[in-house]
Amino acid sequence: MTIQTSILPLAAVLVSLLASIPIMLSHRVPNLREGWTLLAGFAKFAIVASMLPAVLAGGGYQWVIAQALPGVPIALRVDAMGLFFALVASFLWIFTSIYSIGYMRSLQEHAQTRYFASFAVAISATIGVAFAANLFTLYLFYEMLSLSTYPLVTHEQNAEARASGRKYLTYILGTSIGFALPAMLLAYAKAGTLDFTLGGILAGKADGMTVAILLVLFIFGFAKAGVMPFHGWLPAAMVAPTPVSSFLHGVAVVKVGVFSILRVIFYILGTGNLAHLNLGGVITTLASVTIIVASLVALTQDNLKRRLAYSTIGQLSYMILGAGMLTASGMTGGILHIAMHAFGKITLFLCAGAIYVASHRKYISEMDGLGRRMPLTYTAFLLASLSIIGMPPLGGFLSKWNLVIGAVEGGQYLLVVVLLVSSLLNAAYFFPIVYRGFFIQPQDAGANAEVREAPLLCVLPLSVTAFCSLILFFWPSVFLGLIQQVVGP
Amino acid sequence: MSGNLHMFVMAAPLVGALTVNLAGRASRKAVLPLVLGFLTLSLVAALGTMAGVLEHGAFTYTVGNWQPPFGIELRIDHLSSLMLVLVSAVALIASFASLQSVAKDLADRQHHFFTLYLILVAGLHGLILTADAFNLYVLLEITSITTYGLIAMGRGRAPLSSFNYIIMGSIGACFYLLGVGYLYILTGTLNMADIAARLPQVNGTVAVATAFAFMLVGLWIKMAFFPLHGWLPRAYNDAPIGAGVLVAPLMTKVTIYLMLRVMFSVFSPQYEFFQHPDVQNLVVWGAALGIICASALALGQRDLRRMLTYIIVAEVGYMVGGVWLANGTGLTGAVLHIVNDALMTLCLFLVAAAIISRNGSLAFDRLQGLYRRMPWTMAGFTLGAFAMIGVPPTCGFFSKWYLILGGIEARQWPYVVALVFSSLVNAVLFFRIIEIAYFRGGKGHGHDDHGPVTEAPAMILAPLLVSAAALVLVGLATGPLVSNLIAQFVPVF
Repeated sequence: MTIQTSILPLAAVLVSLLASIPIMLSHRVPNLREGWTLLAGFAKFAIVASMLPAVLAGGGYQWVIAQALPGVPIALRVDAMGLFFALVASFLWIFTSIYSIGYMRSLQEHAQTRYFASFAVAISATIGVAFAANLFTLYLFYEMLSLSTYPLVTHEQNAEARASGRKYLTYILGTSIGFALPAMLLAYAKAGTLDFTLGGILAGKADGMTVAILLVLFIFGFAKAGVMPFHGWLPAAMVAPTPVSSFLHGVAVVKVGVFSILRVIFYILGTGNLAHLNLGGVITTLASVTIIVASLVALTQDNLKRRLAYSTIGQLSYMILGAGMLTASGMTGGILHIAMHAFGKITLFLCAGAIYVASHRKYISEMDGLGRRMPLTYTAFLLASLSIIGMPPLGGFLSKWNLVIGAVEGGQYLLVVVLLVSSLLNAAYFFPIVYRGFFIQPQDAGANAEVREAPLLCVLPLSVTAFCSLILFFWPSVFLGLIQQVVGP
Repeated sequence: MSGNLHMFVMAAPLVGALTVNLAGRASRKAVLPLVLGFLTLSLVAALGTMAGVLEHGAFTYTVGNWQPPFGIELRIDHLSSLMLVLVSAVALIASFASLQSVAKDLADRQHHFFTLYLILVAGLHGLILTADAFNLYVLLEITSITTYGLIAMGRGRAPLSSFNYIIMGSIGACFYLLGVGYLYILTGTLNMADIAARLPQVNGTVAVATAFAFMLVGLWIKMAFFPLHGWLPRAYNDAPIGAGVLVAPLMTKVTIYLMLRVMFSVFSPQYEFFQHPDVQNLVVWGAALGIICASALALGQRDLRRMLTYIIVAEVGYMVGGVWLANGTGLTGAVLHIVNDALMTLCLFLVAAAIISRNGSLAFDRLQGLYRRMPWTMAGFTLGAFAMIGVPPTCGFFSKWYLILGGIEARQWPYVVALVFSSLVNAVLFFRIIEIAYFRGGKGHGHDDHGPVTEAPAMILAPLLVSAAALVLVGLATGPLVSNLIAQFVPVF
């Protein structure tokens, strides 16, 4: 159990942030510009992965950036939970980058330099959130992520994109300043520290009412997690180019929200303290409502990306639900679902983008028969949706299984019902898409004649991520090993 | 030698004012090097003074060795040395932009303008240094009168706005003077330390309370504390660009400092906060109300500079409220915010100067496509906006941190809510502009359209970028700033 002082965490955060400078400078040479993006992607993953052995052995790394406030520095610390998230995010960033290049070039998008630069800043902020050593540092990177993704949401620059950008900022910035910031200060006023400490910093220092208020403020304050009623930004943000939706709104942004909430529950409020104060029910109620309502709304969406967005809202609350069970299996399932859902949802979004690149179609009702023209894309789509529904032999099964066990362990049988109903709803909104793709002929027989698989740069990443969902079912040991450090054996 | 370094801080701009006036008549070219030279000298002396205070601690200095209560006494402690550095740094940075814009707008009156400019800077230093309640009045009038003159040099309605300011400013000054008069009658001295020593014997009388109220309200008028703010938006909006970049960041902030001096060097926290808790509560609620109203008024503006003037009024509420929270955290936040708000306002007024120099207008509907035309200026604007909203690690976040924390400790929930509300409003205000300037305009949405870049002249752009960088650097240095300088001043409650 040694925490080494090392510049590695800082390097992991900075590598893509620094890459944004050469990206902007080489705006006239697209190949060079994209070269920087890929280089930073691989470098970042390598740095993150290099920290794995020490963390699995129970150690960690830390680095203090600045003593910005007395007692509350801007500091990074790599622990199991942070590394878990950083691994997922930095690994998937590589595929998103490759895919972005294919997507943006196929569609001849404008302002690609701004796009890649913002993207680089966003992934830096994501890793910053993962490695933050205290709540203040986490907040700093959280805001950085909000601001750097704003230009990506407004990318189209038309009236709809601007309105969505406004909505995005209103929800995300409004809740973080309006709820999370006061909550953080209140926690600091009570505890005198904001360092992440397993078991929490508030035990015995704040009464039940204060903790309850803090809990609700934090859950709504990190609105990137999309807990209802602060979920409206996510469907609106779907106007962004698809790689943005896939990575930021399937992996980085939304998972940062969930990760922040889990960090606060495990390391600020403390699960023991919450159990003692009987507050787990607050979390599970908020999460259960979101899960069921979001799945029902998803059923009604015809726009593929919007359906995926509502699916995401529901799935995010699974992770929060797991944490709220306050049992070891529930927590394991909740954290594990961060990874499993990430691999599944990014695949689904990448498929949606590939369909759009190949056929320029956005609505599910227009997608009849496309599966036969794009078999690889649709197979990947099928695998990923099976994973999210929670069917073996795909990764999503493991996390949902742990969640069900967790609910049973805690004697919360109502939650078991919620999980099962939701899985059925998931199946109900995913299967028709696949069914239409393979088995229904389009009304106009010649409509699909021109459609081919999307370019290799699009198809390759989505095939790999779909395959990963499969692999993770058989070899989840790295992730489980990390989670064990957090939850305990 | 280092014993009277602080005298150079004030003397340099004063001598500079005379020199510029004389030499500027003969040759316009002399103005620029003289102004920059004297202001640099002042900044160097201020840094030296601060180093001295950090090393040896606070001290008092009697000018010409005339002992108080007859001589002029100066007081140099951690807070005043910090203020000296702040004022001289802001004055120097702003002077670059002033020189550029005055040479363009007021070519034939350059030496007049900079004579007033330098006297104003000298007056501000004097206000920071003085340890005498009456000298404070004199210097307050010197700074105000020079400001009236500077503002009246603007175009259009500027003389009228300045006149409006003169009326309000004179009332404020009279109030303050009346208060000092009362104190003189009660204690027989004008030296702050002497007054403070003798006040306890005359404590509890209505006369003391009257004196305190007059002085305080006088200063509130001068700092535009809501609802006494009516003069500020018009005066600052109509001022010439070259005057706005100096006056807007400094005047209200130095007046806050004067309020601190009156409250802590003449009167005592014991007197203000604990003998009259109702008054204390009332002021904090007033500050909260002021923050909310001024923020709401800012929402209604359709011009960048007018919007900024209302934000200044809201920020005055931040600081007054922070001081009156009656705890160390709030006071730390207020002092920190003096520094931070001066830098943020400087940055944003420099942005306004830069945009005016190329765009000619600050109306929102004329800002379209600015990010493409003036990328560096708008990068500075973005940083300034983040600081105003309070996004870490810009400095605006850290003072807000202390202020909100102080509010929580004091259980002043309306004030906490007002601060959060104001941050949210600032987010709306600035992102509205960012949206217009970044995502609107241009021809449709051109594909990687790089239109002609018409960046502001270097004389404006360079100080703008320096001030924008300072927002982040000062933010990251908050820890040392608080523990080495501000904590030394903050009394134990």
